[in-house]
Amino acid sequence: MHRKREYKSLNLINSMKKYFDIIVIGAGHAGVEASIAAEKTGCSVGLITMDKNAIGRMSCNPAIGGTAKGHLVREIDALGGVMGQIADKTGIQFKMLNTSKGPAVWSPRCQSDKNLYSAVAAEFIYEGKGIEVIQDLVKNLKVSEIKNKDGIYKYEIQGIETESGNEFDCKAVIITSGTFLNAVMHTGNSQVEGGRIGEKSATGLSECMMKLGFETGRLKTGTPPRLHYESIDFGVMEIQTGDADPQPFSYKTDKGNFPFQKQVDCYLTHTNELTHEILRTGFEDSPMFTGRIKGVGPRYCPSIEDKISRFSEKPRHQIFLEPETLEGDSIYMNGFSTSLPVEVQLKAARTIAGLQTVNILKQGYAVEYDFFPTHQINLSLETKLVSGLYTAGQINGTSGYEEAAAQGLMAGINASLKLKREEPLILKRSEAYIGVMIDDLINKCPEEPYRMFTSSAEYRLVLRQDNADQRLMHYGNKLGLIDNGMLGNLNSNIRLIKEGIEYFNSNTVSPKAVNEYLSAKSSSEISQNEFLSNIIKRNEVRLPELLDKEAFNENNLLMEIKKNKEVMNQIEIDLKYKGYIDRQNDQINQFVKNEEIRIPDDFKFRKIRSLSTEALEKLEKVKPNSIGQAMRISGVRPSDISAIMIYMRG
Amino acid sequence: MKNNLYDTIAAISTPAGEGGISVLRLSGENAFSLTEKVFSKDNSGIKKIDFQKTASHTIHFGYIFDNADITELIDEVLISVFKGPNSYTGENVVEISSHGGFYIAQKILSVLINTGARHAEPGEFTKRAFLNGRIDLSQAEAVADLIKAKTDSAHSSSIKQLEGALSEFAHKTRQEIINITSLVELELDFAEEGLEFVKADDIKAMITNLNSKLRRISESYIAGKVIRDGVNLVIAGKPNSGKSSLFNYLLNKNRAIVSSVAGTTRDYIEENIIINGVLFNLTDTAGLRSSDDEIESEGIRRSFSKIDEADMILYLTDSSEDEKFIEDDIANFENNFDKERSVLVFSKCDLKKVSSDKGTGVSLLNEETLENLKRLMSDKVKSAFIPFSKDEIVLTNIRHKFCLENVIRSLEEAITSVENKMSGEFISVDLRNALNHLGEITGEVTNDTILNNIFMNFCIGK
Repeated sequence: MHRKREYKSLNLINSMKKYFDIIVIGAGHAGVEASIAAEKTGCSVGLITMDKNAIGRMSCNPAIGGTAKGHLVREIDALGGVMGQIADKTGIQFKMLNTSKGPAVWSPRCQSDKNLYSAVAAEFIYEGKGIEVIQDLVKNLKVSEIKNKDGIYKYEIQGIETESGNEFDCKAVIITSGTFLNAVMHTGNSQVEGGRIGEKSATGLSECMMKLGFETGRLKTGTPPRLHYESIDFGVMEIQTGDADPQPFSYKTDKGNFPFQKQVDCYLTHTNELTHEILRTGFEDSPMFTGRIKGVGPRYCPSIEDKISRFSEKPRHQIFLEPETLEGDSIYMNGFSTSLPVEVQLKAARTIAGLQTVNILKQGYAVEYDFFPTHQINLSLETKLVSGLYTAGQINGTSGYEEAAAQGLMAGINASLKLKREEPLILKRSEAYIGVMIDDLINKCPEEPYRMFTSSAEYRLVLRQDNADQRLMHYGNKLGLIDNGMLGNLNSNIRLIKEGIEYFNSNTVSPKAVNEYLSAKSSSEISQNEFLSNIIKRNEVRLPELLDKEAFNENNLLMEIKKNKEVMNQIEIDLKYKGYIDRQNDQINQFVKNEEIRIPDDFKFRKIRSLSTEALEKLEKVKPNSIGQAMRISGVRPSDISAIMIYMRG
Repeated sequence: MKNNLYDTIAAISTPAGEGGISVLRLSGENAFSLTEKVFSKDNSGIKKIDFQKTASHTIHFGYIFDNADITELIDEVLISVFKGPNSYTGENVVEISSHGGFYIAQKILSVLINTGARHAEPGEFTKRAFLNGRIDLSQAEAVADLIKAKTDSAHSSSIKQLEGALSEFAHKTRQEIINITSLVELELDFAEEGLEFVKADDIKAMITNLNSKLRRISESYIAGKVIRDGVNLVIAGKPNSGKSSLFNYLLNKNRAIVSSVAGTTRDYIEENIIINGVLFNLTDTAGLRSSDDEIESEGIRRSFSKIDEADMILYLTDSSEDEKFIEDDIANFENNFDKERSVLVFSKCDLKKVSSDKGTGVSLLNEETLENLKRLMSDKVKSAFIPFSKDEIVLTNIRHKFCLENVIRSLEEAITSVENKMSGEFISVDLRNALNHLGEITGEVTNDTILNNIFMNFCIGK
């Protein structure tokens, strides 16, 4: 984007203000992806953070991925984001979850050294020549009013002003403020302003946005105590090891040297009745139960006090102890998120097997922060009110590093596309978990922090972590985030997969060639020649084992397939689950048709008098841009959809 | 997404009740191919037709078969072919004219639905007509209102009660499926939560148990139809057996106050009467009368399709005939009529008594014999069609029956998935399909509900 660069220098000469194409506010997981995506697609980026040492910091658990979140990381990677690469470089335990289930719900996860993670994230940022990191606090957004009649946007972003008095002009702003907007931390009766322990809160930005007309809300999240390694007796706990054959997240990671870090274990212990009894003594000082915390917390990530009060019949709860770093002392006490008084945290922790003499390095706490309900943004993550203003991550009411990173990436991509006057990249629910998440955010406007689950993806069977490249890499390549070599590789794999499937569908195998193998796998033997695909379909049969049989050694295609594990895996999944996958693809075809019926931006729902009141209210709030989207808005009924269609024809 | 805008829809277009013919309409991309599957130009089911190759606006004679079993012939029909965009809806449209009677039309409809059509929503043909530009904007508002009005149109209070009970039942069923789905999903999204997961066998037992309840409700449709529409009563018998006299007697004494379905052209051959609280539709008697001269066992066999439509048959044997005649006629009755639904009546029993206990003697001159007959009729209906206790749900709407059958089918697929040891995400596909089909009755859709249910009932969060 040379045009933009020239523009920038022009700006510098005309005023003393500094110009960036895009300003990213916040350098967490969303901010990192947004900055890098924007920079790689040719934009100059100003990345403003309150603390230059906190780039890509893991505020909570020292892990990346997990069920559905692992899918997000693979998708970020396929699109050209960096989270997967950072996780691979810093991972100290890798595990594929759900391997006893079908391939669609396999999910990669790793424990990372949190200090290394942040350092590697910073390296990625500083590698980008077009990114300037500025340590400051944004106090104000500069906008100009748009005086057009269509009423889509009210303002256009012009730049920002900071606490230290700097002003920057820009074409787009991406806010990735995490838990920092007007953040208050709670432990017992104490309340401290700040978004993380020892870090301050960001004030001013929310107020400025509210003045522009944005609606705001409060959410809450929490984190458990960090424990002193030396004070723990791991001997009495259950060891949790990683996979023997660890798999990286990133398609870019060189498997030859992987894993790059020493691999370590985690430990499992449990709370007991005594723990619960002690925790209950702190309830009267709990900011949760006394109502001091107004924000809504996530139900899927409750505090330990919440668990024992809501599920009092459970005699014990799991506590995972996870090392935060390779060399350091700090152990993350997963499952024990709490905002009870520090003394209660310690006393309760010391009732747990292996923790009798434990010391707490950092207390658990709850944090409340501002978010902006997502009916105020479009599927591109741009706000409806201010052209060029994007929000991503916890400010949009999500929780989790992966959810944040995925949004940051999409905001970075779309801000950059907008500067080039191109259409935004909007992933469909049928294409990616990222599409599901953003669509849920906009159409369901969640009221608790949103986390990705595989069950939220109705087309789960085709949105697998193993085919993220096939689904998304072409987008990354088109954007310039994925190089041609990588796409070329993928395309030759896709070709091989297709040829392989055709071969297995049209070629038969003799009883002599396979019966020995079949009987070894307790699969019924065949009495006459059988199509290979029918053999591969069997539950007991594994394609790599089958291809190892002598009978297949002479065929060039099969030899080529045999050498390529990924291709073999794709072929096997495709053949084994064909019936289900075909059905899902049929559903997707229907779904896509409805997505393609566009509703104009300025469509006046109010004119349709047969809409129900609830539907009208929701439709005006969300302003869906397709019939498919309108159908997903809660409270909109099929008869409302008919009425909209009828009016659109008129 | 429940009903979409592109699938092929089908519905009976003629009003409920008896008439000379019924017309069934299909519209959508697959209207031709779906019809081809169940239609043949000859009665052996072999001579297939390709409607794509026939001219638009043409009529074709042939036969409709049960697709599950091509040898079962349902009816001779006339098929009108309209190719989009030159059709009422602008899509490919097929109209099937079948022989009179709702029963046959419904049978054909259910065959088409099993083949892949969807039962149309109220106003849906008109909606498509508009969306495809076949009718103009001034009609649009009326259509929108129509669609809205139909969904909450008033019914008689008894049917409302039934539907209230049905919707309560559907909600409960929905919750049950959500609970089962949650158990299946739990293991997928929360494998590491230290929760105890339910065994596959238990999941299977839960689904099987639920499905047998649903089957019973689905089978109640016949009963529901009887409650809503009345019992189709046919009086049959040889010439001069007294059919007309009995017909007229029943009409005069018991003429129903209820009118037939709005918009139905009243015809002298269809009359409603109420006997002991049961609504009967006296139908087709006139038609049977005109073929009196041919009523012999062979003739009866040929007019079987008509009799088949009846929910109940009164078969009259003239008591004044000689013994041989009566004996043959009783044999004829026993060979050709379904005992569950038929009553043998010895008419004119004031003239001569028949000694057989296979039927009941009736004389129009003897009030007591008539009361006997009426009690027999209403008892028969109650035992044949309403074997349900008062608290049980009875389906009265064919659309609901189709939805429920789809739910049942999806649950069966879920059971198969469990049996095949498929992982939860596959079982979930079937369970979610079941929920979607149920949503067509309750108007509710799903995703978040499953997660909410999990959060409510399980301690999640490590």
